[in-house]
Amino acid sequence: MSKLYTFLKYFFITFWTVFVVAPFLWAVSTSFKDFQSVNSKVTYIPWLDFEPTLEGWRVLIKSPAKGGVDIVEPYFNSIFVTCTASLISIVLGTLAAYALSRFTFKAGFVRNNDITFFFISQRIMPPIVLSIPFFIFLSTIGLLDSLLGLVVVYIVLLMPIAVWIMVDFFNRVPKELDETALIDGCNPYQAFYKVVLPNSIPGLIVAGMFCIIFGWIDFFFAFILTFTEVQLLPVKVVALNSSITPWWSLSASALVSVAPLIIVAFIVERYLSKGNLSGALK
Amino acid sequence: MNLIGEKISYKPDEQFHLNDVSFNFKKGNLYTILGRTLSGKTTLLKTIAGLLNPDQGSISFEEKDFIKIPVWERNVAMVYQQFINYPHLNVYENITFPLEQRKLSPEQIKKDVDEALKTVGLVGFENRKIQELSGGQQQRVALARSLAKKAKILLLDEPLVNLDYKLREQLREEFKRIFSEGLSQDTILIYSTTDPQEVMELNGEVIVLDEGRVLQKGPAKEIFENPSNLKVAEISNDPPMNVLKGSKNSKNLNFENISLEIPNHFKNLEDKDYNFGIRASEIKLDENGEEFEIELAEISGSETLLHLKRGNSKLIALIEEVMNFKIHEKVKINFNANKFYAFGEDEKLVSSPYGGTNG
Repeated sequence: MSKLYTFLKYFFITFWTVFVVAPFLWAVSTSFKDFQSVNSKVTYIPWLDFEPTLEGWRVLIKSPAKGGVDIVEPYFNSIFVTCTASLISIVLGTLAAYALSRFTFKAGFVRNNDITFFFISQRIMPPIVLSIPFFIFLSTIGLLDSLLGLVVVYIVLLMPIAVWIMVDFFNRVPKELDETALIDGCNPYQAFYKVVLPNSIPGLIVAGMFCIIFGWIDFFFAFILTFTEVQLLPVKVVALNSSITPWWSLSASALVSVAPLIIVAFIVERYLSKGNLSGALK
Repeated sequence: MNLIGEKISYKPDEQFHLNDVSFNFKKGNLYTILGRTLSGKTTLLKTIAGLLNPDQGSISFEEKDFIKIPVWERNVAMVYQQFINYPHLNVYENITFPLEQRKLSPEQIKKDVDEALKTVGLVGFENRKIQELSGGQQQRVALARSLAKKAKILLLDEPLVNLDYKLREQLREEFKRIFSEGLSQDTILIYSTTDPQEVMELNGEVIVLDEGRVLQKGPAKEIFENPSNLKVAEISNDPPMNVLKGSKNSKNLNFENISLEIPNHFKNLEDKDYNFGIRASEIKLDENGEEFEIELAEISGSETLLHLKRGNSKLIALIEEVMNFKIHEKVKINFNANKFYAFGEDEKLVSSPYGGTNG
């Protein structure tokens, strides 16, 4: 029984690993191929089946005038939009979450839970519902096709995530901790940044990670709200897939665009495995 | 110069958390607030600390209106029943936190912290993380932080309740020493607990609280000897004082078809119906006694608690040895009639073996 269990366990783990890793291996190997090795026959092993080349990677930084695809600018655009929107979302979201967790709000029939739900409900709607309002809104204030416009839209998308995660986190931080800080001579603001915030770093990291991931992978709004002036990475990568697809540079750019998330995941995983997330407070 | 509360009421929902509570706490004294859970002890302490604002009533300290002063300027110290420390700081930083907040000089801080660490017996633990400490040690850190502040009002909210039995005993002993050594003459110490034994050991002025109301105030001995009503008698005894409905006539005390000789202190009592009170420790096993049925027998430490039943009356008897009983077995017990209390039908104390009455 236990042998069968062990066998099945490893079988599924292996299966899943292959399932997840295979596309990456495919992308890595394709990014080093040229036109010949992609289109003529099936090739697997570098130097034996095909001659590896860096051409797929080189075109990423060449300007279109020289036959390249130039993802450098969209890359930095993406980094700027994601980081700015995430940072603002975390700052505002954390403050909102703290207020929702610690103070009691009453407005008609609206209570704290309703306000929290209102934040989350922003993510329940399919994005397409929001696309037209956003489009009209941005065009009215003249921020269509601009980085700032995208930052504004992304804050709307990311802040609910930050609020949601941080409300849950703050609810698990005993209220007595804030009270002790008050008794020990902190005013409410000092209690927040001297005591509550330092003990919320695990929550902040998780919220930040989710904001960065959701901001970074968004294609829909980046596609709809930009045209020629500004391009974000996901749009640029997908745009490579045209009538004649350059599979090698598509693979390379896909890998480059996934890289930051993998780095984020490794950093966060390290932090989480320290056991700090749940064990920070009794 | 005292901490005076007048007619404090706090009613955040349907029920009163504090109902017309008044007090006058003098400097250099120890006050214990005795009450069951949810009786309003924590609410009262939080109100004094300034974490809650009462709906009605006033609090003044050193002739100033305390309610107008925000928490962070009141200079009180509080230890919670949960072990609340700052998890991101080590032991030393935890204790310095309030002192740095008050911008004391580094020399002064070092001196105060070392002193507090010595008082609570945590010298050598300065650089430990809070999470590495046991529950008892965590509570000591919280206490050290409160002592180091040298606050004029020190509030301890059931500080021992979350500790295991042995630690509780040990820390309770130390508390008595800490309170006599570690506190200055102008500190008001207010200690809340559910445990009557703690109240008796700390031996301060007691306030008995129930459902937000003050039932009785007085020295611990007075509360023990002359509980002003049945509720106080229940709250201030563990196990709670037994109550037997019965009557007195010219010859005997009668309850549940049992007749007892009238003890001396009942001699002048009117002949009528009473609620008789008797402590669990004043009931003894006796071959010639009255027959009761065992409902439950608990062994606690070196004692046995017998839950007994006869007719409509239920009793708890404390037997000072470990004995095994079967449930539904019959035992014979004897009452120490000299330790009987009489409460009227309005539940107020009429006569006590220690001579107190409450009209």
